[in-house]
Amino acid sequence: MVLVMVVCANTGDLMLARGMKQIGHVVISVPGLRHALWMTIQSASIWIGILFLIGFTLSYMTAVSWADYSYVMPAGAFGYAIQTMLAIVVLHEAVSPKRWIGVALICAGVLLVGQTKPNTTNVAVLPS
Amino acid sequence: MTRGVIAMLVFFVLCNTGGEIAMSYGVKQVGEPQSFRPMALLRFVWAAARNRWLWVAIPMLAASFYSLLILFSWAPVSVVIPASASNYIVGTFGAKYLLKEDVSLKRWLGVILVSVGVVLVLFTLKSGQISQ
Repeated sequence: MVLVMVVCANTGDLMLARGMKQIGHVVISVPGLRHALWMTIQSASIWIGILFLIGFTLSYMTAVSWADYSYVMPAGAFGYAIQTMLAIVVLHEAVSPKRWIGVALICAGVLLVGQTKPNTTNVAVLPS
Repeated sequence: MTRGVIAMLVFFVLCNTGGEIAMSYGVKQVGEPQSFRPMALLRFVWAAARNRWLWVAIPMLAASFYSLLILFSWAPVSVVIPASASNYIVGTFGAKYLLKEDVSLKRWLGVILVSVGVVLVLFTLKSGQISQ
């Protein structure tokens, strides 16, 4: 299930990126944003990306219900490195050693953040 | 244009984290569904639909998704995805000061590592890699 989760998350993001590269540079203006919204609705890559991200959400929820969060979470942390690797292989992006160091620091940081206890507050006291 | 990417990244992170905090706050108020029977699930959905925090969360999360798409059209995936980890930085501050959660030293160390990593990744963004 963790493998399904990783594949869905990375493929989803890659398909979204591919779809947006096909649409081209989005201009920040009312007509530009309206045009981009219309193009994204019509893009098959974007819809496939969204389906994969829905698959990620479902597999993530299933994975955390089956296994401890501390077991599932590292897959999310290493997703940043996997995504960078896929950007090189699939989208032929150039990634410098400095960017790799940045990605490694992010993975390490996310791993540390994820080791925090998932529940530290009493939810019963929240005001409406 | 690098400034435009950074501004859009800030917008994405604020909308995403704000949306998730509002969602978390709203879901905690609504509580868990009593069971997974259709009527219990319907009662849960009805209670969620009447929660104002969820109505704050949904437009913010939609705006964050759209801004992520815009970022994909502007900058390489190998910059956008790692830089989106900034969510952890803003999210931790939001959890600490808005949701009043306890944040451990280990988590703050993680946030510092993520911050340094994101800055390093953004420094590698050359103007030639940004679509015009």
